[in-house]
Amino acid sequence: MNARLLPLAGFALVLALLGFGTWWSQYHDLREVPSPLIGKPAPAFSLPTLDDPERHVTNVDLAGEPYLLNVFASWCFACREEHAILMTDGKQLGIRLVGFNYKDAPADAKRWLAQFGNPYDLIIADLPGDVAIDFGVTGAPESFLIDAQGVVRYKYISPITPEVIATQLLPRIAAMKKAAK
Amino acid sequence: MARMFVLFITLVVAGFLEPAFAIDPLPFKDRAEELRFQALAKQLRCLQCQNESLEDSNAPLAADLRRDVFEQMQAGKSDEEIKRWLTARYSDFVLYDPPLHGGTWLLWFGPLLVLLAGAGAVFVTVRRRGKAAGTSTQTTARPASDVEDDW
Repeated sequence: MNARLLPLAGFALVLALLGFGTWWSQYHDLREVPSPLIGKPAPAFSLPTLDDPERHVTNVDLAGEPYLLNVFASWCFACREEHAILMTDGKQLGIRLVGFNYKDAPADAKRWLAQFGNPYDLIIADLPGDVAIDFGVTGAPESFLIDAQGVVRYKYISPITPEVIATQLLPRIAAMKKAAK
Repeated sequence: MARMFVLFITLVVAGFLEPAFAIDPLPFKDRAEELRFQALAKQLRCLQCQNESLEDSNAPLAADLRRDVFEQMQAGKSDEEIKRWLTARYSDFVLYDPPLHGGTWLLWFGPLLVLLAGAGAVFVTVRRRGKAAGTSTQTTARPASDVEDDW
């Protein structure tokens, strides 16, 4: 190879790297934190329900059937967008929808649900945010798909859209139900 | 005018003097513990506002994590144990200094590879030029010692 072409080749290499980075970041969110919980049992917790702070629900209570744990809060703006989708398409999932009210004043959360509707079968409230840290929650909205054995199968960060339901959630739920039979 | 200037300087300096930990003062038992906490928190990423360290961030999640790190420190956990506790929840992403394993070797040794490639290219170029100069000294009549400084 002609040595005079070396700088050009080097430049082409850097250009290719830049091109790849640009292309790659179109399909990947660099801020998305991979969850180390996938394939592992959901962390143990005991949290009060939003409706009745005296009543506690544990991860053992929720096991037996798969469920989608949806982290939401009244202070979370993107949750409103997601909430509308959960209201219309939530039933489509065919599994329990468990709301995880994250660092939210109960009165605010209740007002928010009264205003926008309540798509959840059950809502647990984590006001101090400790259980959220055990789940590796970085913000709201986030959703965890947990199977009948209580194992975390999938985590989705950002508002759920009809497309996410169709391409990510439904195939996984179908696979979980098939495995359970 | 001079008075205004003095006021301005005072305000600027006062801004810098304000301690970063005015956010949520933690009850450290001594200065050494405080320094250890600050050193550890600097190595950890805030997950909510990802370009800030746990030490700098004002996000509610960062405050919660600072409290957890502090509590574990009080419980006698080592820095390594605390980092393991965090990575079990938030993956290596929480560490600003990524650990060396299968997925990160390119990150660690990539710069060295680039440096070696560059050194190789320089070596080859110099040798070729040296050879070319060796055969053409008669025609160009340049002193041989000058050739390598040419480029």
